[in-house]
Amino acid sequence: MGVALPEAVAAELATSADDHLIQLLTPSGELVADEQFHYTGSDQDLVEDLRTMLLTRAIDTEGTALQRKGELGLWVQSLGQEAAQIGSARAFGSNDLIVPSYRELGVYLALGLDPLEFLGTFRGTAMVDWPTGPANLHLPSFVIGTQTLHAVGMAMALQRDGRVGNPNPDDNGAVVVYFGDGATSQGDVNEAFVFAAAANAPVVFFCQNNQWAISEPTTVQTPVPLYRRASGFGFPGVRVDGNDVLAVRAVTEWALERARSGAGPVLIEAFTYRMGAHTTSDDPTKYRSADEVAEWKAKDPIDRLRTYLLAKGLIDDAWLDGVAAEAATQAERLRTGCVQLVEPDLADSFDLVYTDTPEHLHRQRAEFEAYEASFEVNA
Amino acid sequence: MSTLTMAKALNAGLRRALANDPKVLLAGEDIGALGGVFRITEGLQAEFGRDRVVDTPLAESGIVGTAVGLALGGYKPVVEIQFDGFVYPAFDQIVSQVSRLHFRSHGRLSVPMVVRIPYGGGIGAIEHHSESPEAYFAHTPGLKVVTCANPSDAYWMIQQAIADPDPVIFFEPKRRYHDKGEVDVDASAAPDSLYQARIARHGTDATLLTYGPMVRTCLDAAAAAEAEGRSLEVIDLRSLSPIDDATVFASVRRTGRVVVVHEAARTLGMGAELAARIQAECFYELQAPVLRVTGYDLPYPPSRTEHSFLPDLDRVLDAVDQSLAH
Repeated sequence: MGVALPEAVAAELATSADDHLIQLLTPSGELVADEQFHYTGSDQDLVEDLRTMLLTRAIDTEGTALQRKGELGLWVQSLGQEAAQIGSARAFGSNDLIVPSYRELGVYLALGLDPLEFLGTFRGTAMVDWPTGPANLHLPSFVIGTQTLHAVGMAMALQRDGRVGNPNPDDNGAVVVYFGDGATSQGDVNEAFVFAAAANAPVVFFCQNNQWAISEPTTVQTPVPLYRRASGFGFPGVRVDGNDVLAVRAVTEWALERARSGAGPVLIEAFTYRMGAHTTSDDPTKYRSADEVAEWKAKDPIDRLRTYLLAKGLIDDAWLDGVAAEAATQAERLRTGCVQLVEPDLADSFDLVYTDTPEHLHRQRAEFEAYEASFEVNA
Repeated sequence: MSTLTMAKALNAGLRRALANDPKVLLAGEDIGALGGVFRITEGLQAEFGRDRVVDTPLAESGIVGTAVGLALGGYKPVVEIQFDGFVYPAFDQIVSQVSRLHFRSHGRLSVPMVVRIPYGGGIGAIEHHSESPEAYFAHTPGLKVVTCANPSDAYWMIQQAIADPDPVIFFEPKRRYHDKGEVDVDASAAPDSLYQARIARHGTDATLLTYGPMVRTCLDAAAAAEAEGRSLEVIDLRSLSPIDDATVFASVRRTGRVVVVHEAARTLGMGAELAARIQAECFYELQAPVLRVTGYDLPYPPSRTEHSFLPDLDRVLDAVDQSLAH
């Protein structure tokens, strides 16, 4: 005989009742209305979004090719997640702080960054190749979920600096932090939720649920939809179609505006799909079905936006050809620029460990340089 | 005898442990269908089922913390930390709980579990994938810390670690996963105790003290030195805690000269402990100061400089020259 679950408790646990996926553009490229969320951008914004998504995919493809040729040690694909990344980036305000994880190529390109500015991480010429601008872009983290706590701390700093809840919205800022479905299991992420809720911190937790943490489906991490975790911590969670750039932008704009106004954190679950491997070191054919991949391919974020813009006459084949040519040029630039990245010298590492380098590291540097020089003399 | 890679030898050792003891279970990220990112557990979930080869949520503290509970419940968990640099979220569980439950419970509890950690550099990886954190664990009373250097040891040591009544941190040198060697998979028992060092090569002029990924480097150095008429002994420590002092001291007394080699940073690395023990016990037999060839005191650097960071044959022989010059 089973132990009965009180009805109210059962309702809380039900996973299908109200798992509303916020969507403004269907996979077949048709606009749909949502009661709460509306697209605020222009048609021209959407054309630019498609351009950025296409360029992201081209750079992503080239990154994979460069790894296969041995020019990169690793490449982390964003394939399939372009709308989640670019849609959310379109919502950033000038005072917002951006805390990426390691799979945010689309965010970087939406910010106008040159991929050669951050390629060194993957070529191994830099430990972390962190572009010098924009100043509000934090460096990426590679330990899963660790950055969510830093983001909350940054949001607490904004509160103390009087940058939240001012009457003039131009005076306000918030923090947006990226992480994945797997990261939601980490203690750090859960502690970040606790701290953000306790401090009512202006932070938007942007979770790209791409359905897979390497080989583990999201069901290994949770039996309930991830966005519903937020309510237990005391702040709202929403699930948005992560392959719908309009909906992602609308939801992220709402969440950031809410955070800036002083109303506290939001968890956004961008429901998307990792079309590629976890990284170039991974082989997804070992653990997921071709049927599943095909099912998601039909929901491709680029296809639906292209279909919509073509149908509306906002772009045409000539425009697409132009972007394809631009993508080819950028890919070529990446190929050429990759092998020209400056080779690092270990000697330069010794002064990076501390602000004020202690004597033993000066000695070790001298020891290293003398050792290297001994080969030059012998040669 | 079978010729196996270290990866396959570990897989065979885990399979045998699972087959021999129904209480053994494996847990970790991606160890099931994928067989782990290094394929160490390949095929084991299909063979032993999801209750014994468990794909865990992505949370290292959770992996180790729940393993403590499983161990207290009578199981023998063997957990996989995916990469060296990801063990730190589990550090509290390992250092504050795993290591001292026996002590805290006045000896009434034991935690027979194994934490497997692929470690070390040389694979061209990005940050956090090339670390050598062994000293943190060897420094912690209550933990046993071992590392294999060849396929035969990998096969036997993982089984011995699982059979051990105390918690064992099991470091696997990932750059050597594909090294091949002879493994007597049909033998009934391991050739050596888990905590016994091995003389990997006999020599008379100087002793190279090393472990894990650097054993092969030191063997290569010893082979090169032989061409120059120098006879180097190579000791593979195998166990970093406890240390097999007897084997170490006996070698030092024979050669009088010691170079310790490890990838980990120099300050308070294993070399520091070994040098202290050797000078205390073999002071009058030493012909030269104990020297160390190690990683520098830096965070593991960008992969395109790792060849400069990692001890290699030339740096080892350079130190041997310095030792012999005394």
